[in-house]
Amino acid sequence: MYNFDFEKPSTIADAVSALGTEDAQALAGGQTLLPTMKQRLASPSKLVSLNGIAEMQGICTGDDGALCIGGATTHADVAAGAGAYPGLAGLAAGIGDPAVRARGTIGGSLANNDPSACYPAGALASGATLVTNAREIAADDYFQGMFTTALDEGEILTEVRFPVPEASNYQKFEQPASRFALVGVFVAKFADGVRVAVTGASEEGVFRWTEAETALSGNFSAEAIADMAPGSDGMISDLHGTAAYRAHLVGVLTRRAVTAAG
Amino acid sequence: MSQVTMTVNGKEMSGAAEGRTLLSQFLRETLGLTGTHVGCDTSQCGACVVHVDGVAIKACTMLALEAEGASVDTIEGQAAPDGTLNALQQAFQDHHGLQCGFCTPGMIMSAADLLKNNPQPTEAEVRHHLEGNICRCTGYHNIVKAILAASGQDVSSIAAE
Repeated sequence: MYNFDFEKPSTIADAVSALGTEDAQALAGGQTLLPTMKQRLASPSKLVSLNGIAEMQGICTGDDGALCIGGATTHADVAAGAGAYPGLAGLAAGIGDPAVRARGTIGGSLANNDPSACYPAGALASGATLVTNAREIAADDYFQGMFTTALDEGEILTEVRFPVPEASNYQKFEQPASRFALVGVFVAKFADGVRVAVTGASEEGVFRWTEAETALSGNFSAEAIADMAPGSDGMISDLHGTAAYRAHLVGVLTRRAVTAAG
Repeated sequence: MSQVTMTVNGKEMSGAAEGRTLLSQFLRETLGLTGTHVGCDTSQCGACVVHVDGVAIKACTMLALEAEGASVDTIEGQAAPDGTLNALQQAFQDHHGLQCGFCTPGMIMSAADLLKNNPQPTEAEVRHHLEGNICRCTGYHNIVKAILAASGQDVSSIAAE
């Protein structure tokens, strides 16, 4: 990879100011960014590590009962520390492998918004609030297509607030070589309705499967969506699976998630 | 170039590193600790697994400068100073947990990480924990057996496959 300047500030304010340089890029766990830079698909002039910022680490419960997770919290720490939200802890425990989970962070994953990443499904299905150094963004407004989010240049995802559902589960069908989600479905049942978010399937990135949400909000059981699958238009088609196969998997995995959520 | 200092296998060590210097590269080329192997350099294979502040990570996917002030444990620190293998290393030898040996440093470091947090893992837990460590020789059976043996479990009924 090409060389770059490196800074590791200890406060969010210092990180924001360090990111003011042209072509500066925030570095979270680096589990995606560093491989991307090795391939020279990215060549920032400066990396600003977010790993030395204590206020972006850890998990707490807010006054409204929401689970608040610092943007620089690793997948391993979410898997171990988000017991109040088992569906989310389960999602974090299934990302990558143990060494990747020890470095990769929730903020890094959500800022990158890889179309096959797990966290976007968890955040969207939860109706999470994404907190940055400048504002709060609702998950429904945050995800804007593959690798695209509402974040502005130099804006840092400092915290994610997850309302905790009554029942939840994440199911993914792993692409056997990369172990990314070929398709992943997160189902969250709240008192006022069910939310279903799908990753890995659509060319538009993570999306809500509203047809299933409506059916499940009336009857939270796999039977309620027995023969249902989204249309295959706009689904990803590649050597790992056709659009029709992915659409089919969405239905299968949603039923499994509903059954597992109970 | 910046100067970076870390505690490696209990000894303070320092050297020069660029922004882009990977921890794996720093350990191997600057400190001369070539036991940490680089198989794929894309964080798939796990041959470069070391412990940073007690947690197993892939050294090819962490910048050396991120390890400033950290405590790093590598395969070189596993045996006793006189060369006596630790229990895990000895179990790999006893149960033929390696053939070419290229993946072994990463296997040992990942297995040590597992046993620290889960001293009596099931076979399934061992296999799951090794998801990020690739071996192209052994077919994994004897690696899993060695780790179970190192955890003090009876492996006599597990067939040598």
